[in-house]
Amino acid sequence: MIPLYAAHMRQSVLTQFQYRAANYFYMIGMIAEPVVYLVVWSTIARAHGGSIDGLTPGAFAAYYIVWTLVRNMNIVLTPFAWEERIKDGTLSGQLMRPIHPIHEDLASFAGWKIVVLLLWIPIAAVLVLLFRPTLSPTPLQCIVFFFAIWGAYLIRAIIQWSLGLITFWTTRVSAIFEAYILSEMLLSGRVFPLVLMPKWFQTLTWYFPFRWTFSFPIVALTGPIKNRDLFIGLGMQVAWILAGIGLLSLVWPRAVRRFSSVGG
Amino acid sequence: MAIIEVDNLSKTFKVPVREQGLRASVRSLVHRETKEVTAVDSVSFTIEPGEVVGFLGPNGAGKTTTLKMLSGLLHPTGGRCNVLGLEPKARPAELLRQITLVMGNRNQLQWDLPALDSFELNRAIYRIPRAEFIPRRDELIELLDVGDLVTKPIRNLSLGERMKMEIAGALLHRPQVLFLDEPTIGLDITMQRRIRTFIADYNNRHGASVILTSHYMADVQALCKRVIVIHHGRLVFDGDLTTLGERFTTQRTITARLADGEEITIRALRADTASVTSKLLADYDVVDLTIEDPPIDDVIEQVFADAGDAS
Repeated sequence: MIPLYAAHMRQSVLTQFQYRAANYFYMIGMIAEPVVYLVVWSTIARAHGGSIDGLTPGAFAAYYIVWTLVRNMNIVLTPFAWEERIKDGTLSGQLMRPIHPIHEDLASFAGWKIVVLLLWIPIAAVLVLLFRPTLSPTPLQCIVFFFAIWGAYLIRAIIQWSLGLITFWTTRVSAIFEAYILSEMLLSGRVFPLVLMPKWFQTLTWYFPFRWTFSFPIVALTGPIKNRDLFIGLGMQVAWILAGIGLLSLVWPRAVRRFSSVGG
Repeated sequence: MAIIEVDNLSKTFKVPVREQGLRASVRSLVHRETKEVTAVDSVSFTIEPGEVVGFLGPNGAGKTTTLKMLSGLLHPTGGRCNVLGLEPKARPAELLRQITLVMGNRNQLQWDLPALDSFELNRAIYRIPRAEFIPRRDELIELLDVGDLVTKPIRNLSLGERMKMEIAGALLHRPQVLFLDEPTIGLDITMQRRIRTFIADYNNRHGASVILTSHYMADVQALCKRVIVIHHGRLVFDGDLTTLGERFTTQRTITARLADGEEITIRALRADTASVTSKLLADYDVVDLTIEDPPIDDVIEQVFADAGDAS
Protein backbone atom coordinates (compact mmCIF):
# COMPACT_ATOMS: atom_id res chain seq x y z
CA MET A 1 0.00 0.00 0.00
CA ILE A 2 2.87 2.41 0.70
CA PRO A 3 4.18 2.38 -2.93
CA LEU A 4 0.60 2.95 -4.13
CA TYR A 5 0.11 5.96 -1.84
CA ALA A 6 3.54 7.29 -2.79
CA ALA A 7 2.70 6.99 -6.52
CA HIS A 8 -0.65 8.75 -6.13
CA MET A 9 0.90 11.48 -4.00
CA ARG A 10 3.69 11.98 -6.49
CA GLN A 11 1.19 12.26 -9.33
CA SER A 12 -0.90 14.70 -7.34
CA VAL A 13 2.13 16.88 -6.60
CA LEU A 14 3.08 16.89 -10.29
CA THR A 15 -0.48 17.78 -11.30
CA GLN A 16 -0.89 20.52 -8.71
CA PHE A 17 2.41 22.12 -9.66
CA GLN A 18 0.99 22.45 -13.16
CA TYR A 19 -1.69 24.63 -11.57
CA ARG A 20 0.43 26.50 -9.05
CA ALA A 21 -0.99 29.92 -10.02
CA ALA A 22 -4.57 28.64 -9.70
CA ASN A 23 -3.66 27.04 -6.37
CA TYR A 24 -2.23 30.30 -5.11
CA PHE A 25 -5.30 32.31 -6.02
CA TYR A 26 -7.45 29.58 -4.48
CA MET A 27 -5.51 29.86 -1.24
CA ILE A 28 -5.64 33.65 -1.23
CA GLY A 29 -9.43 33.40 -1.67
CA MET A 30 -9.59 30.97 1.21
CA ILE A 31 -7.59 33.28 3.46
CA ALA A 32 -10.31 35.91 3.14
CA GLU A 33 -12.69 33.88 5.34
CA PRO A 34 -10.51 33.65 8.49
CA VAL A 35 -9.21 37.20 8.05
CA VAL A 36 -12.79 38.49 8.23
CA TYR A 37 -13.44 36.43 11.38
CA LEU A 38 -10.13 37.60 12.84
CA VAL A 39 -10.80 41.29 12.25
CA VAL A 40 -14.36 41.02 13.64
CA TRP A 41 -13.34 39.13 16.82
CA SER A 42 -10.26 41.30 17.43
CA THR A 43 -12.41 44.43 17.17
CA ILE A 44 -14.96 42.95 19.59
CA ALA A 45 -12.15 41.97 21.99
CA ARG A 46 -10.73 45.49 21.98
CA ALA A 47 -14.21 46.93 22.54
CA HIS A 48 -14.54 44.63 25.59
CA GLY A 49 -11.40 45.98 27.22
CA GLY A 50 -8.82 43.84 25.41
CA SER A 51 -10.20 40.29 25.60
CA ILE A 52 -13.26 38.05 25.42
CA ASP A 53 -13.32 35.00 27.68
CA GLY A 54 -9.54 35.36 27.99
CA LEU A 55 -8.92 35.57 24.24
CA THR A 56 -6.87 38.65 23.32
CA PRO A 57 -6.45 39.98 19.75
CA GLY A 58 -3.09 38.14 19.74
CA ALA A 59 -4.81 34.88 20.73
CA PHE A 60 -7.46 35.39 18.03
CA ALA A 61 -4.67 36.04 15.52
CA ALA A 62 -2.96 32.77 16.54
CA TYR A 63 -6.28 30.89 16.31
CA TYR A 64 -7.15 32.11 12.82
CA ILE A 65 -3.64 31.89 11.37
CA VAL A 66 -3.41 28.27 12.52
CA TRP A 67 -6.95 27.96 11.16
CA THR A 68 -5.63 28.71 7.65
CA LEU A 69 -3.20 25.81 7.88
CA VAL A 70 -5.77 23.41 9.35
CA ARG A 71 -8.32 24.42 6.73
CA ASN A 72 -5.90 23.83 3.89
CA MET A 73 -4.81 20.53 5.36
CA ASN A 74 -8.34 19.22 5.76
CA ILE A 75 -9.54 19.92 2.23
CA VAL A 76 -10.97 16.68 0.90
CA LEU A 77 -13.02 15.42 -2.02
CA THR A 78 -16.29 17.32 -2.00
CA PRO A 79 -19.44 15.18 -1.93
CA PHE A 80 -20.64 17.20 -4.94
CA ALA A 81 -17.90 15.59 -7.06
CA TRP A 82 -19.60 12.22 -7.19
CA GLU A 83 -22.27 13.21 -9.68
CA GLU A 84 -19.65 14.27 -12.23
CA ARG A 85 -17.52 11.25 -11.47
CA ILE A 86 -20.42 8.92 -12.26
CA LYS A 87 -21.47 10.88 -15.34
CA ASP A 88 -18.07 11.20 -17.00
CA GLY A 89 -17.08 7.57 -16.44
CA THR A 90 -14.24 8.28 -14.01
CA LEU A 91 -15.82 5.94 -11.48
CA SER A 92 -16.01 3.10 -14.03
CA GLY A 93 -12.27 3.41 -14.54
CA GLN A 94 -11.67 3.42 -10.79
CA LEU A 95 -13.85 0.36 -10.29
CA MET A 96 -11.80 -1.56 -12.85
CA ARG A 97 -8.72 -1.22 -10.64
CA PRO A 98 -7.92 -3.87 -8.03
CA ILE A 99 -7.94 -1.29 -5.26
CA HIS A 100 -10.65 0.56 -3.33
CA PRO A 101 -11.14 3.99 -4.96
CA ILE A 102 -10.95 5.80 -1.61
CA HIS A 103 -7.21 5.14 -1.53
CA GLU A 104 -6.73 7.17 -4.69
CA ASP A 105 -8.58 10.13 -3.16
CA LEU A 106 -6.87 9.88 0.22
CA ALA A 107 -3.44 9.72 -1.41
CA SER A 108 -4.10 12.37 -4.05
CA PHE A 109 -5.41 14.93 -1.59
CA ALA A 110 -2.58 14.10 0.80
CA GLY A 111 -0.15 14.82 -2.06
CA TRP A 112 -1.89 18.11 -2.70
CA LYS A 113 -1.15 19.09 0.93
CA ILE A 114 2.55 19.09 0.17
CA VAL A 115 2.02 21.74 -2.52
CA VAL A 116 -0.44 23.62 -0.28
CA LEU A 117 2.04 23.69 2.60
CA LEU A 118 4.74 25.21 0.41
CA LEU A 119 2.34 27.86 -0.86
CA TRP A 120 0.96 28.52 2.64
CA ILE A 121 4.28 29.47 4.26
CA PRO A 122 4.66 32.95 2.65
CA ILE A 123 0.95 33.70 3.18
CA ALA A 124 1.25 32.76 6.86
CA ALA A 125 4.37 34.95 7.17
CA VAL A 126 2.43 37.97 5.90
CA LEU A 127 -0.48 37.23 8.27
CA VAL A 128 1.94 36.95 11.22
CA LEU A 129 3.50 40.32 10.36
CA LEU A 130 0.09 41.94 10.02
CA PHE A 131 -1.74 40.48 13.03
CA ARG A 132 1.05 39.65 15.57
CA PRO A 133 -0.24 36.33 16.98
CA THR A 134 0.45 35.21 20.54
CA LEU A 135 1.66 31.66 20.17
CA SER A 136 3.98 29.66 22.40
CA PRO A 137 3.23 25.93 22.08
CA THR A 138 5.08 23.27 24.05
CA PRO A 139 6.94 20.50 22.18
CA LEU A 140 4.12 18.09 23.10
CA GLN A 141 1.54 20.45 21.60
CA CYS A 142 3.57 20.62 18.37
CA ILE A 143 3.76 16.81 18.16
CA VAL A 144 0.03 16.41 18.87
CA PHE A 145 -0.76 19.14 16.33
CA PHE A 146 1.16 17.24 13.63
CA PHE A 147 -0.94 14.11 14.20
CA ALA A 148 -4.15 16.07 14.80
CA ILE A 149 -4.10 17.79 11.38
CA TRP A 150 -3.76 14.39 9.68
CA GLY A 151 -6.46 13.00 11.96
CA ALA A 152 -8.71 15.90 10.98
CA TYR A 153 -7.96 15.22 7.32
CA LEU A 154 -8.86 11.54 7.63
CA ILE A 155 -12.12 12.23 9.50
CA ARG A 156 -13.27 14.77 6.92
CA ALA A 157 -12.08 12.65 3.99
CA ILE A 158 -13.82 9.45 5.09
CA ILE A 159 -17.06 11.08 6.25
CA GLN A 160 -17.44 13.32 3.20
CA TRP A 161 -16.55 10.43 0.91
CA SER A 162 -19.29 8.34 2.55
CA LEU A 163 -21.69 11.26 2.38
CA GLY A 164 -21.01 11.64 -1.34
CA LEU A 165 -22.20 8.08 -1.87
CA ILE A 166 -25.79 9.33 -1.36
CA THR A 167 -25.45 10.37 -5.01
CA PHE A 168 -25.94 6.71 -5.92
CA TRP A 169 -29.47 6.82 -4.52
CA THR A 170 -30.57 10.28 -5.59
CA THR A 171 -29.14 12.98 -7.81
CA ARG A 172 -30.80 15.72 -5.73
CA VAL A 173 -28.21 15.71 -3.00
CA SER A 174 -27.17 19.36 -2.81
CA ALA A 175 -29.55 20.14 0.07
CA ILE A 176 -28.15 17.29 2.18
CA PHE A 177 -24.56 18.31 1.53
CA GLU A 178 -25.28 21.93 2.29
CA ALA A 179 -26.97 20.99 5.60
CA TYR A 180 -23.84 19.03 6.47
CA ILE A 181 -21.52 21.92 5.61
CA LEU A 182 -23.71 24.35 7.62
CA SER A 183 -23.57 22.03 10.65
CA GLU A 184 -19.82 21.92 10.28
CA MET A 185 -19.59 25.71 10.15
CA LEU A 186 -21.50 26.01 13.41
CA LEU A 187 -20.19 23.08 15.42
CA SER A 188 -16.55 22.85 14.38
CA GLY A 189 -14.96 26.07 15.60
CA ARG A 190 -14.59 27.24 12.04
CA VAL A 191 -16.52 30.51 12.43
CA PHE A 192 -15.83 31.17 16.13
CA PRO A 193 -13.57 29.57 18.74
CA LEU A 194 -15.77 27.11 20.67
CA VAL A 195 -14.49 28.48 23.98
CA LEU A 196 -16.66 31.57 23.34
CA MET A 197 -19.82 29.47 23.28
CA PRO A 198 -22.01 28.47 26.27
CA LYS A 199 -21.06 25.30 28.12
CA TRP A 200 -24.05 23.31 26.77
CA PHE A 201 -23.03 24.20 23.20
CA GLN A 202 -19.47 23.10 23.81
CA THR A 203 -20.72 19.82 25.26
CA LEU A 204 -22.95 19.32 22.21
CA THR A 205 -19.96 19.63 19.86
CA TRP A 206 -18.38 16.58 21.47
CA TYR A 207 -21.01 14.34 19.88
CA PHE A 208 -20.28 15.40 16.30
CA PRO A 209 -17.16 14.85 14.20
CA PHE A 210 -16.76 18.53 13.30
CA ARG A 211 -15.00 19.72 16.45
CA TRP A 212 -12.22 17.21 15.87
CA THR A 213 -11.56 18.50 12.36
CA PHE A 214 -11.17 22.23 13.17
CA SER A 215 -11.24 23.30 16.79
CA PHE A 216 -9.19 20.45 18.24
CA PRO A 217 -6.15 20.67 15.92
CA ILE A 218 -6.14 24.49 16.17
CA VAL A 219 -6.39 24.56 19.96
CA ALA A 220 -3.87 21.71 20.19
CA LEU A 221 -1.28 24.19 18.91
CA THR A 222 -2.57 27.54 20.19
CA GLY A 223 -3.81 26.39 23.61
CA PRO A 224 -4.76 26.81 26.29
CA ILE A 225 -5.16 23.06 26.58
CA LYS A 226 -4.24 20.47 29.22
CA ASN A 227 -1.96 17.56 28.25
CA ARG A 228 -4.76 15.18 29.18
CA ASP A 229 -7.11 16.90 26.72
CA LEU A 230 -4.52 16.60 23.96
CA PHE A 231 -4.61 12.83 24.27
CA ILE A 232 -8.39 12.73 24.68
CA GLY A 233 -8.64 14.75 21.45
CA LEU A 234 -6.41 12.34 19.56
CA GLY A 235 -8.47 9.48 20.97
CA MET A 236 -11.69 11.11 19.76
CA GLN A 237 -10.15 11.52 16.32
CA VAL A 238 -9.25 7.84 16.19
CA ALA A 239 -12.80 6.97 17.31
CA TRP A 240 -14.33 9.09 14.53
CA ILE A 241 -11.95 7.64 11.93
CA LEU A 242 -12.99 4.14 12.98
CA ALA A 243 -16.67 5.16 12.92
CA GLY A 244 -16.16 6.60 9.42
CA ILE A 245 -14.50 3.41 8.21
CA GLY A 246 -17.39 1.42 9.66
CA LEU A 247 -19.93 3.64 7.92
CA LEU A 248 -18.03 3.42 4.66
CA SER A 249 -17.74 -0.36 4.76
CA LEU A 250 -21.52 -0.54 5.22
CA VAL A 251 -22.46 1.96 2.52
CA TRP A 252 -19.86 1.33 -0.19
CA PRO A 253 -20.88 -2.22 -1.23
CA ARG A 254 -24.52 -1.09 -1.42
CA ALA A 255 -23.56 2.00 -3.41
CA VAL A 256 -21.63 -0.09 -5.93
CA ARG A 257 -24.64 -2.36 -6.38
CA ARG A 258 -26.74 0.74 -6.82
CA PHE A 259 -24.26 2.02 -9.43
CA SER A 260 -25.27 -1.07 -11.36
CA SER A 261 -28.72 0.27 -11.79
CA VAL A 262 -27.75 3.77 -12.83
CA GLY A 263 -25.17 2.53 -15.30
CA GLY A 264 -22.15 4.61 -16.12
CA MET B 1 -11.72 -24.76 -20.53
CA ALA B 2 -13.64 -21.61 -21.46
CA ILE B 3 -12.15 -18.37 -20.19
CA ILE B 4 -15.53 -16.62 -20.24
CA GLU B 5 -18.81 -18.38 -19.51
CA VAL B 6 -22.09 -16.55 -19.87
CA ASP B 7 -25.27 -18.36 -19.02
CA ASN B 8 -28.70 -16.76 -19.48
CA LEU B 9 -27.28 -13.40 -18.53
CA SER B 10 -29.90 -10.67 -18.19
CA LYS B 11 -29.98 -7.07 -17.10
CA THR B 12 -33.04 -4.91 -16.60
CA PHE B 13 -32.96 -1.25 -15.64
CA LYS B 14 -35.73 0.54 -13.79
CA VAL B 15 -36.18 3.90 -15.48
CA PRO B 16 -38.48 6.72 -14.33
CA VAL B 17 -41.24 7.67 -16.73
CA ARG B 18 -43.24 10.87 -16.64
CA GLU B 19 -45.57 12.44 -19.14
CA GLN B 20 -45.02 16.06 -20.06
CA GLY B 21 -46.90 18.89 -18.41
CA LEU B 22 -47.41 20.44 -15.00
CA ARG B 23 -50.00 17.92 -13.80
CA ALA B 24 -47.70 14.99 -14.52
CA SER B 25 -44.88 16.85 -12.81
CA VAL B 26 -46.93 17.39 -9.62
CA ARG B 27 -48.20 13.80 -9.68
CA SER B 28 -44.63 12.51 -9.92
CA LEU B 29 -43.89 14.20 -6.57
CA VAL B 30 -46.08 11.72 -4.74
CA HIS B 31 -46.15 8.81 -7.13
CA ARG B 32 -43.04 8.15 -9.15
CA GLU B 33 -43.76 5.83 -12.04
CA THR B 34 -41.04 3.59 -13.38
CA LYS B 35 -40.84 1.00 -16.07
CA GLU B 36 -38.45 -1.86 -16.55
CA VAL B 37 -36.25 -1.84 -19.61
CA THR B 38 -34.50 -5.04 -20.57
CA ALA B 39 -31.04 -4.23 -21.84
CA VAL B 40 -29.75 -7.81 -21.98
CA ASP B 41 -32.11 -10.74 -22.25
CA SER B 42 -30.94 -14.28 -21.44
CA VAL B 43 -27.68 -14.18 -23.39
CA SER B 44 -25.46 -17.27 -23.31
CA PHE B 45 -22.06 -17.93 -24.87
CA THR B 46 -18.56 -19.09 -24.00
CA ILE B 47 -15.20 -17.78 -25.09
CA GLU B 48 -12.04 -19.86 -25.23
CA PRO B 49 -8.54 -18.69 -24.27
CA GLY B 50 -6.93 -16.68 -27.08
CA GLU B 51 -10.16 -16.10 -29.02
CA VAL B 52 -10.90 -12.70 -30.54
CA VAL B 53 -14.65 -12.29 -30.76
CA GLY B 54 -16.54 -9.47 -32.40
CA PHE B 55 -19.55 -8.35 -30.42
CA LEU B 56 -21.92 -6.69 -32.84
CA GLY B 57 -25.21 -4.92 -32.58
CA PRO B 58 -26.85 -1.60 -33.32
CA ASN B 59 -26.83 1.23 -30.78
CA GLY B 60 -28.73 0.24 -27.64
CA ALA B 61 -28.51 -3.49 -28.45
CA GLY B 62 -26.95 -4.33 -25.06
CA LYS B 63 -23.30 -4.73 -26.09
CA THR B 64 -21.80 -2.27 -23.60
CA THR B 65 -24.13 -3.47 -20.83
CA THR B 66 -22.90 -7.03 -21.41
CA LEU B 67 -19.27 -5.92 -21.36
CA LYS B 68 -19.88 -4.00 -18.15
CA MET B 69 -21.40 -7.08 -16.52
CA LEU B 70 -18.44 -9.17 -17.64
CA SER B 71 -16.03 -6.63 -16.20
CA GLY B 72 -17.90 -6.33 -12.89
CA LEU B 73 -19.18 -2.77 -13.33
CA LEU B 74 -22.81 -3.84 -13.50
CA HIS B 75 -24.58 -6.53 -11.52
CA PRO B 76 -26.70 -8.90 -13.61
CA THR B 77 -30.39 -9.13 -12.72
CA GLY B 78 -30.56 -12.69 -14.03
CA GLY B 79 -28.34 -15.55 -15.11
CA ARG B 80 -24.65 -15.73 -14.33
CA CYS B 81 -21.27 -15.10 -15.83
CA ASN B 82 -17.74 -16.19 -15.05
CA VAL B 83 -14.51 -14.68 -16.24
CA LEU B 84 -11.32 -16.66 -15.59
CA GLY B 85 -13.38 -18.81 -13.24
CA LEU B 86 -14.35 -15.84 -11.07
CA GLU B 87 -17.60 -13.98 -10.61
CA PRO B 88 -17.17 -10.41 -11.94
CA LYS B 89 -19.93 -8.84 -9.83
CA ALA B 90 -17.92 -9.51 -6.66
CA ARG B 91 -15.05 -7.57 -8.29
CA PRO B 92 -12.32 -9.75 -6.75
CA ALA B 93 -8.89 -8.12 -7.02
CA GLU B 94 -7.57 -11.36 -8.50
CA LEU B 95 -9.92 -10.89 -11.47
CA LEU B 96 -9.38 -7.16 -11.85
CA ARG B 97 -5.63 -7.77 -12.13
CA GLN B 98 -6.21 -9.99 -15.17
CA ILE B 99 -8.77 -8.06 -17.19
CA THR B 100 -9.07 -4.65 -18.77
CA LEU B 101 -11.87 -2.56 -20.22
CA VAL B 102 -11.07 0.08 -22.81
CA MET B 103 -13.90 2.37 -23.83
CA GLY B 104 -13.29 4.38 -26.96
CA ASN B 105 -14.78 7.61 -25.70
CA ARG B 106 -13.46 7.54 -22.13
CA ASN B 107 -10.21 8.84 -20.80
CA GLN B 108 -8.62 7.17 -17.78
CA LEU B 109 -5.15 8.67 -17.97
CA GLN B 110 -4.19 11.77 -16.02
CA TRP B 111 -5.17 14.67 -18.29
CA ASP B 112 -2.47 17.10 -17.22
CA LEU B 113 0.51 14.78 -17.12
CA PRO B 114 2.52 12.87 -19.71
CA ALA B 115 1.46 9.27 -20.22
CA LEU B 116 4.72 8.06 -18.68
CA ASP B 117 3.55 9.39 -15.29
CA SER B 118 0.20 7.62 -15.59
CA PHE B 119 1.99 4.42 -16.59
CA GLU B 120 4.09 4.73 -13.44
CA LEU B 121 0.90 5.02 -11.39
CA ASN B 122 -0.49 1.89 -13.05
CA ARG B 123 2.70 0.10 -12.09
CA ALA B 124 1.96 0.85 -8.45
CA ILE B 125 -1.75 -0.01 -8.73
CA TYR B 126 -1.08 -3.39 -10.34
CA ARG B 127 2.08 -4.00 -8.31
CA ILE B 128 4.20 -4.73 -11.37
CA PRO B 129 7.84 -5.30 -10.39
CA ARG B 130 10.02 -2.64 -12.00
CA ALA B 131 12.15 -5.24 -13.76
CA GLU B 132 9.02 -6.46 -15.59
CA PHE B 133 7.42 -3.07 -15.97
CA ILE B 134 10.18 -1.36 -17.97
CA PRO B 135 10.39 -3.92 -20.82
CA ARG B 136 6.58 -4.20 -20.95
CA ARG B 137 6.14 -0.45 -21.13
CA ASP B 138 8.84 -0.12 -23.77
CA GLU B 139 7.34 -2.94 -25.81
CA LEU B 140 3.91 -1.26 -25.81
CA ILE B 141 5.46 2.10 -26.69
CA GLU B 142 7.28 0.48 -29.60
CA LEU B 143 4.31 -1.54 -30.88
CA LEU B 144 2.03 1.47 -30.76
CA ASP B 145 4.74 3.74 -32.17
CA VAL B 146 4.26 6.41 -29.51
CA GLY B 147 7.87 6.95 -28.41
CA ASP B 148 7.78 10.67 -29.17
CA LEU B 149 4.39 11.19 -27.49
CA VAL B 150 4.79 9.64 -24.06
CA THR B 151 6.47 12.72 -22.63
CA LYS B 152 3.73 15.12 -23.74
CA PRO B 153 0.79 15.88 -21.45
CA ILE B 154 -2.28 13.85 -22.47
CA ARG B 155 -4.28 17.03 -23.02
CA ASN B 156 -1.91 18.00 -25.85
CA LEU B 157 -2.46 14.79 -27.82
CA SER B 158 -4.90 14.17 -30.65
CA LEU B 159 -7.86 11.80 -30.19
CA GLY B 160 -6.06 8.95 -31.92
CA GLU B 161 -2.84 9.51 -29.98
CA ARG B 162 -4.79 9.57 -26.71
CA MET B 163 -6.47 6.31 -27.63
CA LYS B 164 -3.11 4.66 -28.23
CA MET B 165 -1.96 5.86 -24.81
CA GLU B 166 -5.17 4.57 -23.22
CA ILE B 167 -4.57 1.16 -24.76
CA ALA B 168 -0.93 1.11 -23.64
CA GLY B 169 -1.94 2.09 -20.10
CA ALA B 170 -4.69 -0.54 -20.04
CA LEU B 171 -2.32 -3.32 -21.06
CA LEU B 172 0.65 -2.63 -18.80
CA HIS B 173 -0.54 -5.22 -16.31
CA ARG B 174 -0.70 -7.71 -19.22
CA PRO B 175 -4.37 -8.70 -18.86
CA GLN B 176 -5.54 -12.09 -20.05
CA VAL B 177 -8.96 -10.77 -21.05
CA LEU B 178 -9.51 -7.55 -23.00
CA PHE B 179 -12.92 -5.91 -23.28
CA LEU B 180 -12.60 -3.34 -26.03
CA ASP B 181 -15.67 -1.16 -26.46
CA GLU B 182 -15.34 0.70 -29.74
CA PRO B 183 -11.62 1.37 -29.39
CA THR B 184 -11.40 2.96 -32.85
CA ILE B 185 -14.42 5.25 -32.58
CA GLY B 186 -13.79 8.66 -34.13
CA LEU B 187 -10.32 7.76 -35.40
CA ASP B 188 -9.08 8.21 -38.95
CA ILE B 189 -8.50 5.21 -41.20
CA THR B 190 -4.73 5.09 -40.63
CA MET B 191 -5.09 5.21 -36.85
CA GLN B 192 -7.85 2.57 -36.95
CA ARG B 193 -5.55 0.29 -38.92
CA ARG B 194 -2.66 0.78 -36.49
CA ILE B 195 -4.80 -0.04 -33.51
CA ARG B 196 -6.21 -3.10 -35.25
CA THR B 197 -2.71 -4.35 -36.07
CA PHE B 198 -1.68 -3.76 -32.48
CA ILE B 199 -4.62 -5.71 -31.04
CA ALA B 200 -3.90 -8.64 -33.37
CA ASP B 201 -0.25 -8.52 -32.39
CA TYR B 202 -1.03 -8.43 -28.67
CA ASN B 203 -3.38 -11.39 -29.08
CA ASN B 204 -0.69 -13.37 -30.94
CA ARG B 205 2.08 -12.56 -28.49
CA HIS B 206 0.24 -13.09 -25.24
CA GLY B 207 -2.67 -15.38 -26.14
CA ALA B 208 -5.15 -12.98 -24.55
CA SER B 209 -8.87 -13.33 -25.18
CA VAL B 210 -10.52 -10.28 -26.69
CA ILE B 211 -14.13 -9.20 -26.94
CA LEU B 212 -14.39 -6.29 -29.32
CA THR B 213 -17.37 -4.12 -30.07
CA SER B 214 -17.14 -1.82 -33.04
CA HIS B 215 -19.36 -0.16 -35.57
CA TYR B 216 -16.52 -0.37 -38.07
CA MET B 217 -16.80 -3.69 -39.86
CA ALA B 218 -13.19 -3.34 -41.01
CA ASP B 219 -12.18 -3.84 -37.34
CA VAL B 220 -14.25 -6.97 -37.07
CA GLN B 221 -13.11 -8.42 -40.41
CA ALA B 222 -9.47 -7.79 -39.60
CA LEU B 223 -9.55 -9.21 -36.08
CA CYS B 224 -12.44 -11.58 -35.48
CA LYS B 225 -12.98 -15.02 -36.86
CA ARG B 226 -16.04 -15.36 -34.68
CA VAL B 227 -18.83 -12.87 -34.11
CA ILE B 228 -21.68 -12.65 -31.66
CA VAL B 229 -24.59 -10.54 -32.83
CA ILE B 230 -26.94 -9.07 -30.26
CA HIS B 231 -30.10 -7.12 -30.96
CA HIS B 232 -32.70 -5.79 -28.50
CA GLY B 233 -30.64 -7.54 -25.81
CA ARG B 234 -31.01 -10.95 -27.42
CA LEU B 235 -28.35 -13.07 -29.02
CA VAL B 236 -29.25 -13.54 -32.67
CA PHE B 237 -26.06 -15.10 -34.03
CA ASP B 238 -22.96 -16.74 -32.65
CA GLY B 239 -20.52 -18.24 -35.12
CA ASP B 240 -17.93 -17.70 -37.82
CA LEU B 241 -17.99 -14.37 -39.58
CA THR B 242 -18.00 -16.24 -42.91
CA THR B 243 -21.13 -18.21 -42.07
CA LEU B 244 -22.92 -15.02 -41.02
CA GLY B 245 -23.30 -14.08 -44.70
CA GLU B 246 -24.45 -17.57 -45.65
CA ARG B 247 -27.09 -17.60 -42.99
CA PHE B 248 -28.49 -14.11 -43.26
CA THR B 249 -28.18 -13.25 -46.95
CA THR B 250 -30.08 -14.99 -49.67
CA GLN B 251 -28.27 -13.41 -52.59
CA ARG B 252 -24.81 -13.38 -54.14
CA THR B 253 -23.40 -10.98 -56.65
CA ILE B 254 -22.07 -12.41 -59.95
CA THR B 255 -19.93 -10.07 -62.03
CA ALA B 256 -18.82 -11.07 -65.53
CA ARG B 257 -16.47 -9.14 -67.82
CA LEU B 258 -17.09 -9.89 -71.48
CA ALA B 259 -14.64 -10.04 -74.37
CA ASP B 260 -15.96 -6.77 -75.78
CA GLY B 261 -15.18 -5.01 -72.48
CA GLU B 262 -18.75 -4.84 -71.21
CA GLU B 263 -19.42 -5.79 -67.57
CA ILE B 264 -22.54 -7.60 -66.40
CA THR B 265 -23.60 -7.69 -62.73
CA ILE B 266 -26.33 -10.09 -61.63
CA ARG B 267 -27.78 -10.65 -58.16
CA ALA B 268 -28.82 -14.26 -57.89
CA LEU B 269 -30.36 -16.30 -55.11
CA ARG B 270 -27.69 -18.24 -53.28
CA ALA B 271 -29.27 -21.55 -54.33
CA ASP B 272 -29.34 -20.49 -57.97
CA THR B 273 -25.75 -19.26 -58.16
CA ALA B 274 -24.44 -22.34 -60.02
CA SER B 275 -27.18 -22.43 -62.63
CA VAL B 276 -27.06 -18.68 -63.26
CA THR B 277 -23.29 -18.84 -63.66
CA SER B 278 -23.50 -21.77 -66.10
CA LYS B 279 -26.04 -19.93 -68.21
CA LEU B 280 -23.93 -16.80 -68.21
CA LEU B 281 -20.86 -18.74 -69.38
CA ALA B 282 -22.89 -20.52 -72.06
CA ASP B 283 -24.60 -17.43 -73.44
CA TYR B 284 -21.75 -14.89 -73.37
CA ASP B 285 -18.08 -14.70 -74.25
CA VAL B 286 -16.88 -14.27 -70.64
CA VAL B 287 -13.21 -13.40 -69.99
CA ASP B 288 -13.46 -12.86 -66.22
CA LEU B 289 -15.98 -13.90 -63.59
CA THR B 290 -16.33 -13.16 -59.88
CA ILE B 291 -18.94 -14.42 -57.41
CA GLU B 292 -19.17 -12.46 -54.17
CA ASP B 293 -21.16 -12.44 -50.99
CA PRO B 294 -22.60 -9.01 -50.22
CA PRO B 295 -20.28 -6.63 -48.31
CA ILE B 296 -20.19 -7.44 -44.58
CA ASP B 297 -21.83 -4.11 -43.74
CA ASP B 298 -24.82 -5.11 -45.87
CA VAL B 299 -24.91 -8.52 -44.19
CA ILE B 300 -24.94 -6.97 -40.73
CA GLU B 301 -27.63 -4.54 -41.77
CA GLN B 302 -29.66 -7.51 -42.99
CA VAL B 303 -29.09 -9.36 -39.69
CA PHE B 304 -30.31 -6.38 -37.69
CA ALA B 305 -33.29 -5.93 -39.97
CA ASP B 306 -34.28 -9.60 -39.68
CA ALA B 307 -33.81 -9.57 -35.90
CA GLY B 308 -35.86 -6.38 -35.69
CA ASP B 309 -38.67 -7.98 -37.63
CA ALA B 310 -38.63 -10.97 -35.33
CA SER B 311 -38.79 -9.03 -32.07
